[in-house]
Amino acid sequence: MGTSKNSAYAYQIVGGWDRLASLNTWGYPYVTGTSVIGIKYKDGILMTADMGGSYGSTLRYKSVERMKPVGKHSLLGASGEISDFQEILSYLDELILYDNMWDDGNSLGPKEVHNYLTRVMYNRRNKFNPLWNSLVLGGIKNGQKYLGTVNMIGVHFEDNHVATGFGNHLARPILRDEWHENLSFEEGVKLLEKCMRVLLYRDRSAVNKLQIAKITEEGVTLSKPYALKTFWQFSAFQNPTVGAEGSW
Amino acid sequence: MEGEPLIYLTCVAIAGADYCVIAADTRMSTGYSILTRDYSKICQLAEKSVMASSGFQADVRALQKVLAARHLIYQHQHNKQMSCPAMAQLLSNTLYYKRFFPYYAFNVLGGLDNEGKGCVFTYDAVGSYERVGYSSQGSGSTLIMPFLDNQLKSPSPLLLPAQDAVTPLSEPEAIDLVKTCFASATERDIYTGDKLEIVVLNANGIRRDYMELRKD
Repeated sequence: MGTSKNSAYAYQIVGGWDRLASLNTWGYPYVTGTSVIGIKYKDGILMTADMGGSYGSTLRYKSVERMKPVGKHSLLGASGEISDFQEILSYLDELILYDNMWDDGNSLGPKEVHNYLTRVMYNRRNKFNPLWNSLVLGGIKNGQKYLGTVNMIGVHFEDNHVATGFGNHLARPILRDEWHENLSFEEGVKLLEKCMRVLLYRDRSAVNKLQIAKITEEGVTLSKPYALKTFWQFSAFQNPTVGAEGSW
Repeated sequence: MEGEPLIYLTCVAIAGADYCVIAADTRMSTGYSILTRDYSKICQLAEKSVMASSGFQADVRALQKVLAARHLIYQHQHNKQMSCPAMAQLLSNTLYYKRFFPYYAFNVLGGLDNEGKGCVFTYDAVGSYERVGYSSQGSGSTLIMPFLDNQLKSPSPLLLPAQDAVTPLSEPEAIDLVKTCFASATERDIYTGDKLEIVVLNANGIRRDYMELRKD
């Protein structure tokens, strides 16, 4: 590219946002996805994400699948830069391929995949070239449910419910209140839809086209895309100009 | 770029005559959000060494992994566990190794030394360390340290002959003191709360206890 690594480092110390962006050393997101939410339920993990790919404030892509199965036991959902997500899928393809090539009856479970992703994200961050994503990794292997998250700087943890981006602010409180062990599939879906509806109302980058993914011991199922019912008939919106003289 | 999520936690370690208590809360927060209420920051590095760390979570985990790997190699080469003072030196060297791109981790190492006495080592992010009778790190340390100074009356390290810094308190008394520290820190520090994890190391081995803390 012409810029040596040393000069790039100097820019990072001295420069501001625009310089960093132009040198692409920190990276800067272009096409992004918004929140992903994951919860543990009775038979495994439920995860949901909408299908929007935003280019800044433009809703550029409306059929982006932001959740993909990984190997036999895991499901990966991503928010943030879509191209970086595709790169991560490529890394995981290679990982799973080598795992299969051992042909030893063993297969990488969600815990292992999460650990791998954590290392990748952290090491990229240490080289000042992060993969601009927040990932949710869920799965079940031998009856053990696992739900973890890792973000672009390598911070990772597992919990009974996780969310990325706006989901952390809007969905987690709902989940803290209403999640419990042994949710049935229907209860889980209702809970996720409730969270997604709130996000739809309040997150400007959310779109009303979502998928719900389920992962159980049997495998991964991705639902067909569908839309949530929303309610906009607030009385204040019915006749907005009433009471405002001269307005239209 | 959004602020780096740090685990603003509080951790405390107290050394006794034949035991060591290490405690930390289980909340992980970033800015004004709580990421999870159930995250353990205490890591057992060796049979008699337990470390608690605050700071940047990804760096803390990477540091724990490096130390665990180094300990495994040590066991292969020496056919024994690392002693706590040895682990203390290793931690210091590991931190200084990244002096110019530090692990953003503020550690407290607790355990039993070769004589079975409690020992606590306290660190900064680049590896300077000191053996002390008690210590705390993290966001709540400013609240807890003065209280421990008052309760544990550590003798000055300048005294000659050198006086033992370990506390004469019994194990149950020390655990009670730790619980009091955290209950108080939780009241005033927004980053401390949810649950307290207490690890006790003594001649009988290692034991983990939990105590609920305020969740607000």
